[in-house]
Amino acid sequence: MTLSPDLLPTLAALPVLVPLLGAAATLVFGRRPRLQAMISLSALSCVLVISALLLYLADRDGTTAVQVGGWSSPIGITLVVDRLSAAMLLVSAFVLLVVSIYGAGQNISDGGENQPTSIYRPTYLVLTAGVATAFLAGDLFNLFVGFEVLLVASFVLLTVGATEERIRTGIAYVMVSMVSSLIFLIGIGITYAATGTLNLAQLAVRLEATPSGVRTACYAVLLVAFGIKAAVFPLSSWLPDSYPTAPAPVTAVFAGLLTKVGVYAIIRTHTLWFPDGAFDDILLVCGLATMLVGILGAIAQTDIRRLLSFTLVSHIGYMVFGIGLATTAGLTGAVFYIAHHILVQTALFLAVGLIERQAGSVSLRRIGGLAAASPLLGVLFLIPALNLGGIPPFSGFIGKVALLEAGAAEGSVLAWVLVGGSVVTSLLTLYAVARVWSKAFWRPREEAPEGHLTAAKPPTLVEDSTDVYYEDRTDPGRMPVLMVLATAGLVTAGLALTVLAGPILGIAERAAADLDDPSVYIGAVLGSEPR
Amino acid sequence: MSANLVLLITIGALTACGVYLLLERVVSKMLLGMILLGNAVNLLILTMGGPDGRPPVLGSSDTSHDGMADPLAQAMVLTAIVITMGLAAFVLALAYRSYMLTTTEDVDNDPEDAQIAARREREDPEQ
Repeated sequence: MTLSPDLLPTLAALPVLVPLLGAAATLVFGRRPRLQAMISLSALSCVLVISALLLYLADRDGTTAVQVGGWSSPIGITLVVDRLSAAMLLVSAFVLLVVSIYGAGQNISDGGENQPTSIYRPTYLVLTAGVATAFLAGDLFNLFVGFEVLLVASFVLLTVGATEERIRTGIAYVMVSMVSSLIFLIGIGITYAATGTLNLAQLAVRLEATPSGVRTACYAVLLVAFGIKAAVFPLSSWLPDSYPTAPAPVTAVFAGLLTKVGVYAIIRTHTLWFPDGAFDDILLVCGLATMLVGILGAIAQTDIRRLLSFTLVSHIGYMVFGIGLATTAGLTGAVFYIAHHILVQTALFLAVGLIERQAGSVSLRRIGGLAAASPLLGVLFLIPALNLGGIPPFSGFIGKVALLEAGAAEGSVLAWVLVGGSVVTSLLTLYAVARVWSKAFWRPREEAPEGHLTAAKPPTLVEDSTDVYYEDRTDPGRMPVLMVLATAGLVTAGLALTVLAGPILGIAERAAADLDDPSVYIGAVLGSEPR
Repeated sequence: MSANLVLLITIGALTACGVYLLLERVVSKMLLGMILLGNAVNLLILTMGGPDGRPPVLGSSDTSHDGMADPLAQAMVLTAIVITMGLAAFVLALAYRSYMLTTTEDVDNDPEDAQIAARREREDPEQ
């Protein structure tokens, strides 16, 4: 059976529409947690299937633009499906579904009586819709709206339960995000003043004609806004402070997806507006600083979730490295690395959620002996950890090699410095995760400085921060089956990225080739005649 | 395109005050700063739409209707106002909750960061 190309316009709006309708339905059934869970899981499964179809169609037929509402291109609302956006959508949909299953396992097994699930699920679906909007947006203002939708949803998810710690980090997170949104708006304002349009494709055409100073100013403002969202150094310090306090599934999905949406926006605007390579050197330097500062921060941490948040910042640097190279090979590496990193980072955070269940804490000062207590958990942590560190044959190694090759092929001094920096960062990442491994898994719990203490209750959405003696807790060691299955699924997906590296790199390569030639995008959105 | 100097100065002043207030630790001051900054941005976008006093009907690229202001800029400002307002309400709720829990509305430093810094001093008193 072959799918008709006419299917794509019908499908393109659904990744936004389905989660929004699902959110409405889950709100209506707020008092029936099981029905709510069913609705949200089926909505997310729908999005996953649709994204897979979109990627298949986009890879077969190339970039396609859809005019929502029937107005023609520069005026109407444009959704653009190309290989990059469809691939991002597919990986995100998969991660969102798996984390949602993980969350369901967490709540059902805990009874969920006092947990604010009735608001958690609708917000989670709104977050999905926001992510999809941002990936599909064909104009700058729609991209802004997508960002706002996902940010507002993330504010609610981050402060769910409203404990003291979450309120503290929540206020900082909301303020930083708001400032980045306002800077984004300033960028939109001045871009519109300079060109009279916000359609990305038309902007690319018109920016050619504007003076290069104006063009640089517009892009610089937008780059700051996207840099905050993507947590690129020096705009990254908000991230390790705010992410670790949220509930485990929320942290996992934030770490996996939200920063990548920022990276996606940088790729989109950078390739579309600056094919001739202004700002490349700045991106390279920022990428290097992000890698090194992030990983050095990670080494100092005792809380595993904070440690992983720092490695998250650090590995954003690899993607920025790929973008900054501005070659097809560099972009290929960046696209592959984004897919790899979304899967692996989320898997690690889910595994940390399991560690919390197993040991009653995630502080390296308290836990120990996990390898003996649960070999399964050891495997579930070790595989993504080695994957993150870039040990062959895992996908982290493939992604890093692709980037290193691209850097070496580019051949400038700065590119070689970056190549060196990436190798050092990779080693330090390995050191950071090996430290977690040796302390949490190999060392007996009695040797941990505070090994006798633990949190009073297993955390679900709301945490109880009172400490009790470890002997007094009866439930450590119980890991709900759905949580383990979801984590295992994500770890397997990370491995599949190795097995299927050939075809996936092929898609990444074709996506990068599209990105390298803006006329593909412009032609698909505006038609062939120049405007 | 010509712009109104008074409006531009107002935008600059609002931005400066907004940034100053945002750097405070008290949540309500930060919120005020955010609102000022938001209004500055809204005015900026409005200025982009063309001189005031004109009916917003057609885009600024349109040359046959010289007397028109740009409707798209105004539509964008409406969206931005709504978003800022919703978020201001959310921040107010956070500030209230923070006050309920801690009886202050200051945003504290990250305790974990402080702990790590303290550990470093303990291990290495010379530095």
